[in-house]
Amino acid sequence: MYVFNYFIKFMANQSNKNINNTLTKLVNQPYKYGFSTKIDIDTIEKGLNENVIKLISEKKNEPVFMLNFRLKAYRKWKNMRTPTWAHLKFPTIDYDDIRYYSAPKMKKKLNSLDEVDPELLKTFGKLGISLTEQKRLTNVAVDVVFDSVSVATTFQEELKKYGIIFCSISEAIQEHPKLVEKFLGSVVPIGDNYFSALNSAVFTDGSFCYIPKGVHCPLDLSTYFRINDQKSGQFERTLIIAEENSQVSYLEGCTAPQYDDNQLHAAIVELIALDNASIKYSTVQNWYAGNTKGKGGIFNFVTKRGLCIGQNSKISWTQVETGSSITWKYPSCTLIGENSQGEFYSVALTNNYQQADTGSKMIHIGKNTKSRIVSKGISAGNSKNSYRGLVNVLYQAVGSRNYSQCDSLLIGNNSNANTYPIISVQNSTTKIEHEASISKIGEEQIFYFLQRGISIEKAIELMISGFCRDVFTELPLEFAAEADKLLSLKLEGSVG
Amino acid sequence: MSPNIPLLDIQDLTASINDIKILKKLNLQVYKGEIHAIMGPNGSGKSTFSKVLAGHPAYNVLSGDIILKGQSILEVEPEDRSHLGLFLAFQYPIEIPGVSNEDFLRIAYNSKMKFENKTEVDPIEFFTIIHEKLEIIDMDPIFLSRNVNEGFSGGEKKRNEILQLALLDSDVAILDETDSGLDIDALKIISTGINKLMTENKAIILITHYQRLLDYVKPDYIHVMQNGKIVKTGAAELAQELELKGYEWLNSTN
Repeated sequence: MYVFNYFIKFMANQSNKNINNTLTKLVNQPYKYGFSTKIDIDTIEKGLNENVIKLISEKKNEPVFMLNFRLKAYRKWKNMRTPTWAHLKFPTIDYDDIRYYSAPKMKKKLNSLDEVDPELLKTFGKLGISLTEQKRLTNVAVDVVFDSVSVATTFQEELKKYGIIFCSISEAIQEHPKLVEKFLGSVVPIGDNYFSALNSAVFTDGSFCYIPKGVHCPLDLSTYFRINDQKSGQFERTLIIAEENSQVSYLEGCTAPQYDDNQLHAAIVELIALDNASIKYSTVQNWYAGNTKGKGGIFNFVTKRGLCIGQNSKISWTQVETGSSITWKYPSCTLIGENSQGEFYSVALTNNYQQADTGSKMIHIGKNTKSRIVSKGISAGNSKNSYRGLVNVLYQAVGSRNYSQCDSLLIGNNSNANTYPIISVQNSTTKIEHEASISKIGEEQIFYFLQRGISIEKAIELMISGFCRDVFTELPLEFAAEADKLLSLKLEGSVG
Repeated sequence: MSPNIPLLDIQDLTASINDIKILKKLNLQVYKGEIHAIMGPNGSGKSTFSKVLAGHPAYNVLSGDIILKGQSILEVEPEDRSHLGLFLAFQYPIEIPGVSNEDFLRIAYNSKMKFENKTEVDPIEFFTIIHEKLEIIDMDPIFLSRNVNEGFSGGEKKRNEILQLALLDSDVAILDETDSGLDIDALKIISTGINKLMTENKAIILITHYQRLLDYVKPDYIHVMQNGKIVKTGAAELAQELELKGYEWLNSTN
């Protein structure tokens, strides 16, 4: 709260009402997306057991392989424990106090947006998501996940022309069971970790994307997730398959309404890139982060992993993490195909009492594989922000390369930044570079801006934006502007 | 504004940092068209004086007043003091990683435009404006694309300060040891720049330890600061006398 103190001193010094007002306004700025929608909800009782899983599978009318998948995952999960190695502190989660299925009640299958509950559409409006022509103009197809069930999918028809399948995972299970059966769990095995096992057991929806051979997806595919029902944990499952010589860019944006109770969020994203295929996966994560005292907020435990199975394939993760009270997330790449490439670009911002433990794993297996990690952590307030990374080059991955850069920026005297990089190389022909830095936005820097007539908000925005530039340039254009704005918006609370 | 009113009027200014009184009833009047030099031994409060004027939040004004163009600025935020025409060239200009000099300068310029209800300029218009200013201090345009002061030599940093002064066209400039760390050539260039910027409507306060800057920028008054206040004021010749005899001489004559 260094900057905050700065203001306090300043106020005491100047007793300036204007600053006081601005400050109060900034501090009290409510979470923009903190509203809940009143909709009839089809739910099941709280708690988790085999019957609940059977019920979920039944409600979703799933084929038997899915039920088996879920039950196998549940049985594994039962015997696992919450991982404690992360630099995170959070209360024990009562998994029996969570409702594992809730879907907006729909009387019949919808054919167009006109049939969607107007309350729902209003919510999307507040979130700034347009499902109609605007998105077509901005070249984005949207698959909206509202709580657990996809209620509207646009541009499916248009994508179909290219043979691209872009739909909810539930729909994919119904319509393309063979693809799902083949690839689901092939990147993140059922028992990979505690949260992936949980997700595999109870996931209710998510997105599915299949790009056929030789197709360059003409649109950036985009998903907005939203948690609505107060007690419903959201367990999305995303599966993207890029066939030989195909390309796709996928955007994921998240906002969630404000609640006092913590909400659990345990997602899995699996990416598969075959020969010469390229997948770019970008995330802007802005779940509710809790209030300034650290009460409430989303617990976000995400397993994201990409498999570069084909030669010359490429998977690139870009993430801007600003929300959630707890973030546990390590988008990774397993580089199997020769000359395949993995990338991870990340900005993680924590403020108030937020805690983030995030980073990446790059597993080099194929020859001449390359990876790149650029991580920027910003900690303000009383927050904790950790980078955790693993670069593992196996003996057969000769001629491989990795470049890692981990920069931390501290704002204030009570925030915390940690870096835990692990590098393991098992052959002598690999080149590894690792750079790290830590810096702090100081009072004198801010005063320099002020003396030149630049406001404190603008000063911080400029410095943060400069700090994050290497990552923002990797974001799709429309996201980049949003990300810049989001970060300054997030920090306004800390500056105040 | 009537010509009789000082551009900057400092009245009985008393200020502290961490409860230590640094400025003690300091008085100074600066009129349009005047160049004032403030000299004095280390620790006499010269830099504190400049920061208090600019509104640095670490300092507390205990009593007295600072009146800029007839208006008290004690209650005015630092950025608005800047907009009102007060400029401080820092003794140690700070590095700002990740922010290009060009962006920084443009945003500073546009902040002032906005304050004056004038139209803000786009980067292309700004390009023309800043290039004119670069010539004043003979600065290589390459410095625009570099981050603010990052990796600049001492002389380049000082030059960058004067560039900002030229750009913001401030009425009252306080130059805190702008001459320190400069070689003779850089000193000449910067002094020439300062002289070009000085007009009959502006005023400059030079804080310096050395006579040599005053050979190039001729002050109308020289003040000697000691123990938080101005203890002696004289014409340009006072500097030469101080150079010869040192500050101790003042104590013996006072």
